[in-house]
Amino acid sequence: MPDDDAIRCDACPVLCYIKPGRLGSCDRYGNQNGTLVRIEPHVVLDRAVSRGETVVPFLERDREWDGNLVTGQETFVTAIGAGTTYPDYKPAPFIISSEVKGVDMVTVVTEGIFSYCGVKLKIDTDRFLGSEQNTVRAQGEAVGHVTTSEYGSQMLSLGGVRHLTGGSRHEGTVTCQTLLDLSNGKSVELKVDEGASVVVQAGKPPVVDGVFEERMRVGCGSATIGMFAKQWFGKVDDVVVVDDHITGVLSEHQAGKLLGVSETGIKMKGRRSTPGRYFKVAEPGTAWGGTNIDDPLSILQPFDPKEAWAGLRLLMVSTTGEHSAYFELDESLQPVEKELPATLKESVARIKENCEPALCTVLFMGGAGGSLRAGVTENPVRLTRSVRDALTRVTCGGAPVYLWPGGGITFMVDVTRMPANAFGYVPTPALVAPIEFTLRLQDYAELGGYVDHVRSLSSISTDESRRRVSARTDNPWPLAPAKPPEAP
Amino acid sequence: MPRAQIRLLPDGRRLHLNDGPIDLILEAFGPTDHIQLAYHAASARFVTVLDELCAELPLLRREQNAECWPTGVTARRMAGAVMPYSAQAFITPMAAVAGAVAEEILHAMTNAASINKAYVNDGGDIAIHLEPGQHFVVGMVERPDRPSLFGTATLTADQPVRGIATSGWRGRSFSLGIADAVTVLAKTAAMADAAATIIANAVDLPGHPAVLRVPARDLAPDNDLGERLVTQKVGALTDREISSALTSGEGRARRVLAAGLIGAAALHLQGQTRVVGDTLQLAQPATVHVERGLVHA
Repeated sequence: MPDDDAIRCDACPVLCYIKPGRLGSCDRYGNQNGTLVRIEPHVVLDRAVSRGETVVPFLERDREWDGNLVTGQETFVTAIGAGTTYPDYKPAPFIISSEVKGVDMVTVVTEGIFSYCGVKLKIDTDRFLGSEQNTVRAQGEAVGHVTTSEYGSQMLSLGGVRHLTGGSRHEGTVTCQTLLDLSNGKSVELKVDEGASVVVQAGKPPVVDGVFEERMRVGCGSATIGMFAKQWFGKVDDVVVVDDHITGVLSEHQAGKLLGVSETGIKMKGRRSTPGRYFKVAEPGTAWGGTNIDDPLSILQPFDPKEAWAGLRLLMVSTTGEHSAYFELDESLQPVEKELPATLKESVARIKENCEPALCTVLFMGGAGGSLRAGVTENPVRLTRSVRDALTRVTCGGAPVYLWPGGGITFMVDVTRMPANAFGYVPTPALVAPIEFTLRLQDYAELGGYVDHVRSLSSISTDESRRRVSARTDNPWPLAPAKPPEAP
Repeated sequence: MPRAQIRLLPDGRRLHLNDGPIDLILEAFGPTDHIQLAYHAASARFVTVLDELCAELPLLRREQNAECWPTGVTARRMAGAVMPYSAQAFITPMAAVAGAVAEEILHAMTNAASINKAYVNDGGDIAIHLEPGQHFVVGMVERPDRPSLFGTATLTADQPVRGIATSGWRGRSFSLGIADAVTVLAKTAAMADAAATIIANAVDLPGHPAVLRVPARDLAPDNDLGERLVTQKVGALTDREISSALTSGEGRARRVLAAGLIGAAALHLQGQTRVVGDTLQLAQPATVHVERGLVHA
């Protein structure tokens, strides 16, 4: 009976054999590329985090139904899987009323097709990913470009209408797939022209040329000297902060000079940039401070006997605090490794403590200023104005968005704050993203909304099986009294 | 952790029961304490229904014949409902599973409590209970995937109808025909379910190139329809073709009506509707037609 490629679902005693791409008899479990997955169409965001579900358990042995019900405002219907209406002028598929603190609120729920959209990627790494403006590729197709370097991070801009629809068909398809995967929290491998290959995934550390980036450095070697000079002063005679980008030397650095740190006769390899700051003390690698050295002394030349002295105390540490060593000079001015004194251990630990985990951040950015608005109101510009005046709250799968000032409704959202698999696509190619507009019923009527199509929350929750997810406690509740829009 | 999920919906009135492929929404009307009694009875009965059916699933997936009867109460409701058709057409008890389950749960409720009226909706196949003087208004959906009504039926206690079922190729179960929806009113939900399946199978244009048919086994290896071709897609048809397919279905519906197996049926295909029997009114409801599609940002 079972086909080779069918899998047997054991979620219930029916024990369906499910072929790839098909659902079982319940329409809830399906075979997705050989894996049994639970698939449900429409996400209802649930505020009752502690309870798990808003629905009242019925007939539990230890707790009889007391007749109490969960109030409607604890549930927010997201646009994920809502579909939209066509043509545009028809009312959005779900226009839902809920009462919040005595005020009737309306949420217009729709899914928009965004061809004006993309992803802004922030990759926490000091490794060189590629030059600014260079093309970023996925599966060999151009999907975006390198933009600015930020402190400790490299920014990439992916997608946009030019890659989605302006290039070849294959370029558009690959771009769409890349944006979709990143927005849905999947990992994607990107290759920068004349640069690195990097595996990125929202909320996860980047993998640059096969190397996991675990922690951001506290700063470059020079910045580390600037931050910790005062804590080292008097406890050690010199400090070298080893860094692939700029290695810092306390006694030569401006920070040391100002504190009155004496010359120590230390001599570095590499190229001096400005006093106390050295480029290229070694080759890039995965050892000390992003260099290839395992022995820190290998970046030092012999001390200058005119200035150095026997007993000179030297700390060498990496920019992440992961590597450190302590030396004292012997009579012949040779560094001899000794145990790190307790007073210095503290500063090394503090460097480590100040290094944040390296992550990739994915912000989806899209423009909802077009015809999608006609599903909300008969007078689209009024919606734009209402959003601008903060009378209407825009959310994306229930997550807060950052609204760009200026014309249109252009927003950004941190995809990790949205429920899983919130995005879809159409073969245009373009992305399908959920979007919800929440406003007071009275304001909705005033901007020409489809008041006749408003329906109650309870009519939604019971229609079909909907996917319920718990609301994230770090997201503002979409139906809470309006506050000015905030950055994601 | 019990497999079945039983919970009161947020409106505080309806009970939602789910176990594997069985998904019920029910509601009882009457004194509060009796509603509670009815809901408890429904829940208690519900938790074993799926296991009972699965215990004789191989038999329920075989063509029904008079010699071989299943033993479970719900299974016997299924077998009884499909029996009248087994001489003329291929049919297995599974054709009536949804209606039979709805009926079984409703039976448990009315046995346990005095309620004025109640319904048990099993994915569109509905068992109803009406005390004298009570009525229900039922809306009919043109296509299961579209929330638009094409007609309503008012069911009163003095009519014999206690079951409603809808079948079509767009629904959850496979269909051998091309009807978007065939809605049937009958004495019981299981009878309505079986009849809707039989009539929907007859709304057909055999060999028409616009109809995509696939062996059921290729889609679901353990389906009771086996090698039989089930409808996966129906392209645009001309008015004449629609009419011809509906006429074929209507003929089957009239024979089923004449045999006393149903009260009425509404057959729907690509915008055309035929009604057999006199309980159904085709109304132009106030509900808005919401077309599912996508809008460009």
